[in-house]
Amino acid sequence: MKFSENWLRTWVNPALSSDELAHALTMAGLEVEALEAVAPAFDNVVVAEVLGVVKHPNADRLNVCQVNVGEASPLTIVCGAANVAVGVKVPCARIGALLPGDFAIKQAKVRNVESFGMLCSEKELGLAEESSGLWLLPTDAPVGKMLREYLELDDKLFTLKLTPNRSDCSGMVGIAREVAALTGSALKPLDIQIQPVALSEQLPVNVAEAQACPLYCGRMVRGVNAAAPTPAWMLRRLERGGLRGISAVVDITNYVMLEMGQPLHAFDVAQLSGGITVRRARNGEALTLLNGQEVKLDDEVLVIADDARVLALAGIMGGQGSGVEITTQDVFLESAFFHPDAIAGRARRFGLATDSSFRFERGVDFAATRQVLERATQLLLEICGGSAGAISEVRGQMPKREPIALRRSRVARVLGISLDNSQIADLFTRLQFEFTAKNNPLLNPPPKGEEAVAASARHLSDDDFCVTPPSFRFDLSIESDLIEELARLYGYDNIPAQAPQAALTMLPYSEMQRPLARIQQILVARDYQEIVSYAFVEEQIERELCGNDKAVALQNPIASNLAVMRSSLIGGLVGALRFNLNRNQARVRLFEAGACFAKANIRTEHDGYVQSQRLSGIAYGSAQPEQWGATAKPIDFYDVKADVEALFAPQPLRFVAATHPGLHPGRSAQIYCGERMAGWIGELHPQWQQQYDMAQATVWFEVELGTLTQAAVPHMSEIAKFLPVRRDLAVLVDEAVTVQTLLDAMQRADVPYLQEISPFDVYRGKGVEQGKKSLAFRVLLQDTKKTLADSEIESSIALLVDVMQRHGAQMRM
Amino acid sequence: MEQLQQILDQALQQFAAIGDETELEQVKAKYLGKEGSLTALLKGLGKLSAEERPAAGARINQVKQSIEAALQQRRDALQQNKLAQKLAAEALDVTLPGRGLGTGGLHPVTRTLERIEQLFHSLGFATAFGPEIESDFYNFTALNIPENHPARAMHDTFYIDPQHVLRTHTSPVQVRYMEAHQPPLKIISPGRVYRFDSDATHSPMFHQVEGLWVDEEISFANLKGVVQDFLQRFFERDDLRVRFRPSFFPFTEPSAEMDMSWKDGWLEIGGCGMVHPNVLKHVNIDSEKYLGFAFGLGVERLAMLRYGVNDLRLFYESDLRFLKQFN
Repeated sequence: MKFSENWLRTWVNPALSSDELAHALTMAGLEVEALEAVAPAFDNVVVAEVLGVVKHPNADRLNVCQVNVGEASPLTIVCGAANVAVGVKVPCARIGALLPGDFAIKQAKVRNVESFGMLCSEKELGLAEESSGLWLLPTDAPVGKMLREYLELDDKLFTLKLTPNRSDCSGMVGIAREVAALTGSALKPLDIQIQPVALSEQLPVNVAEAQACPLYCGRMVRGVNAAAPTPAWMLRRLERGGLRGISAVVDITNYVMLEMGQPLHAFDVAQLSGGITVRRARNGEALTLLNGQEVKLDDEVLVIADDARVLALAGIMGGQGSGVEITTQDVFLESAFFHPDAIAGRARRFGLATDSSFRFERGVDFAATRQVLERATQLLLEICGGSAGAISEVRGQMPKREPIALRRSRVARVLGISLDNSQIADLFTRLQFEFTAKNNPLLNPPPKGEEAVAASARHLSDDDFCVTPPSFRFDLSIESDLIEELARLYGYDNIPAQAPQAALTMLPYSEMQRPLARIQQILVARDYQEIVSYAFVEEQIERELCGNDKAVALQNPIASNLAVMRSSLIGGLVGALRFNLNRNQARVRLFEAGACFAKANIRTEHDGYVQSQRLSGIAYGSAQPEQWGATAKPIDFYDVKADVEALFAPQPLRFVAATHPGLHPGRSAQIYCGERMAGWIGELHPQWQQQYDMAQATVWFEVELGTLTQAAVPHMSEIAKFLPVRRDLAVLVDEAVTVQTLLDAMQRADVPYLQEISPFDVYRGKGVEQGKKSLAFRVLLQDTKKTLADSEIESSIALLVDVMQRHGAQMRM
Repeated sequence: MEQLQQILDQALQQFAAIGDETELEQVKAKYLGKEGSLTALLKGLGKLSAEERPAAGARINQVKQSIEAALQQRRDALQQNKLAQKLAAEALDVTLPGRGLGTGGLHPVTRTLERIEQLFHSLGFATAFGPEIESDFYNFTALNIPENHPARAMHDTFYIDPQHVLRTHTSPVQVRYMEAHQPPLKIISPGRVYRFDSDATHSPMFHQVEGLWVDEEISFANLKGVVQDFLQRFFERDDLRVRFRPSFFPFTEPSAEMDMSWKDGWLEIGGCGMVHPNVLKHVNIDSEKYLGFAFGLGVERLAMLRYGVNDLRLFYESDLRFLKQFN
């Protein structure tokens, strides 16, 4: 909502500067988004008439003009503008004037001709970015008058950011009412006169939807001059309110909307057939709107129709072919109250947001509907002439305004401050709320005038108030609504900041839950940098890297490359890796924690999607940063595997070779933590590596956060008193035999005293035939009760050897 | 006996001149060995009279001890020398960089979130989480935003299907938490939220932290107190001022926007209010008995102010040159 400060001050004129007024509005919940001057500072610029123009004797492009500035003798002024001509009225900066940009006007010789001022363009006065010549003023502009005064340039523009609950402030009348309530200044109401009825003629009005349209007022005005110019003062207020002038009749309806907050519509009577009906659209009906858009209607939509066709979307926008044109002679003016429920969301369905729908869907003062029609008629007759017909009014059940009870004790509990009865009464009075205090007839009806209020407030003794919300407020239905009003007007600033008092209890930090921060710290310590990437990714990424062609898609993505929800963090990490490689980073290690999304198999009403929190990392480049005394080794599967193992430690993991659409089929595995599949690890598939322009192998992992955050509370077991015995076993096996197979077999064999068995060397090459590998295992044997005898050691080792031999291993000892 | 003094002087002189342990032992023999000069003198004692012998013997022994002491001293010195040389040869250039892995770091948003959580945990707030694909019901209806309400248009929502949206705020977590827990309750809900908006000051995905405190006596004055306390602690500035402006959110009443003093003006930092009775009603909490406040803060906003970040988009570009500045 944009408005001119000068206009507001004709309604209510508090002794506050513009900035103070803006602050007061902002602190009352009507946020002033912008406060700007209509024109930059300049002075000594008057309306002037050009009396004579002759070519400059010494310059082709200059003219020497005789200019009437309202004084006895004209001024000689040299002017370079192409559009200067005898008879035009233009702004003239007199000698001594100071224009925007600190441009002082002095008497000067221009190529040997004395010049006594400057004729100005809009740009030179700081009123336009660009101008093509002198600013041509209306022909009736008064010569000699100060331009600032003539055009009312000493004005400021307020832009309010209205919250949806304050539709009452979408008209001057409401803002003025609010300012009066805030400042205590007197409100000068608009003098609306009932217009004489000159025609007996009435259009029949039929309201088929009384609930959606509880009040419809309309009247005919015949013999108007629709081509009449809109008065300058009206145009100025419209423009400063953010609306363009269109034609007199339309401008009047718009003006009254800005003034009273009530949207109006004007029909051309000649285009109507029969009477006016307010009804729901029939399924399949269509309407071409004033903006040229064609809309298909259904019975959710309220329309204004005549006997032949749909004329307008009620409360939203008129249709083509029935509106007022410059040639229109007879007008039917509509002022109606459409219920917010009947309008809300309808404009949005058609991709519309109009000044009218904005107001109706939030609520318009239904007590002013008829008055507003009188006001519009008054202006129409003044400006366009004509004779007004009688008002057709169809009135149904108006919205209820149920009285609301307010307890003073509740005010104190909610706000944390205690307001006394007279304070509450005063605040309600300022807001123009009708109220009674329980058992207190003095306050019903509310007395007018400040003294009377003060007098009656003194008599208040009961703590309960009963408030009837005014017709212009649609946001008051429960006690909290009233408490908010009291707090707002009392001033949030005046409510102290207080630390709460409550019983102290500790948070139940569970030791069986590892916090995410600790897990992240493990990766940070292992040289990974955290990133945050968008949860929506390109569909192609999901298809290629995740083999996912059933990604959860957005109905309205913000961009085509952010169209589906990620099912894995791989896309974001690969994207971030590429971003950094393109910026000459040679070694990149990234991780991210976040939600991944998939469609659930079984759909229930509120839960059709699987959303799992995952932790994922990617590593590229050398295993260690480039440094002295160490040979650079590119990162490989096992480097990252160690990172994953560190994340889960002390829980053991199992890695099972498996294929993943994004990964190298021979270098990828599923990660198991106990029985649970915790995630994936692997080298990016060479195909994608090449497609994404990555020179080296990239290793990626992803695990379910849930498997990482669970932790067991440790329980001590006795430390053995006898040192373990170490034996190393070296074997030759086929390449196809995995270390895990051998380990599992040995673990399962129930070997006495076996404490630990782990591989410590893998060798291929000289001395080992093709297709084989040499593995070395460290075996620790231990008895908690005694030192092991050699025979016991040997028989355990023999058992292990036997197991390995059964898997085709040849001993190398 | 002048001879004795001469031997001593000579020995001391010779020891001092020797820089090598082997040589020192050889020279030692010259005095104390079988053929050594002192040994010879001792052997010559027999030739002296019984009266002279004790005194002469004592003198010779004295000199012998002096020589032995000097010898030992010289041995120690030589060993010290040798050690010092060895250590000097082993010296490192301690200015060469250390080897091994580098260190990574947390994202500035994570860093900020951790700080926020820490501060609220110190007041006893627990942390609660919820889904990011949220039902229309939890994101809007349960928060007193019915269908067609103009407030829905304020939310620039991403839709997944007609019943599901990407949550536009973390407020649904509050509803879910209140459904599952009885008051008194005190939580913050940090997380990612989504709005259909993208420019230097808006990102289609960003982070919010919302707070909720429901108890029998919790007031708007308490809300002011907690939020002000938090902002002053977060920015570590006791002189930071916080301003509350009336505003509108369907799920709180009274509602407020929070501004904080920044440089010469005010900066919007979030929204808050007393939990709307309709919201409590949805979760079967008696609004006559219990009151609550709720607030929401933009995490990126806080991070930008705290760390001087001037473009929101930097948070999501994953540029290491940016991210490493927060390690």
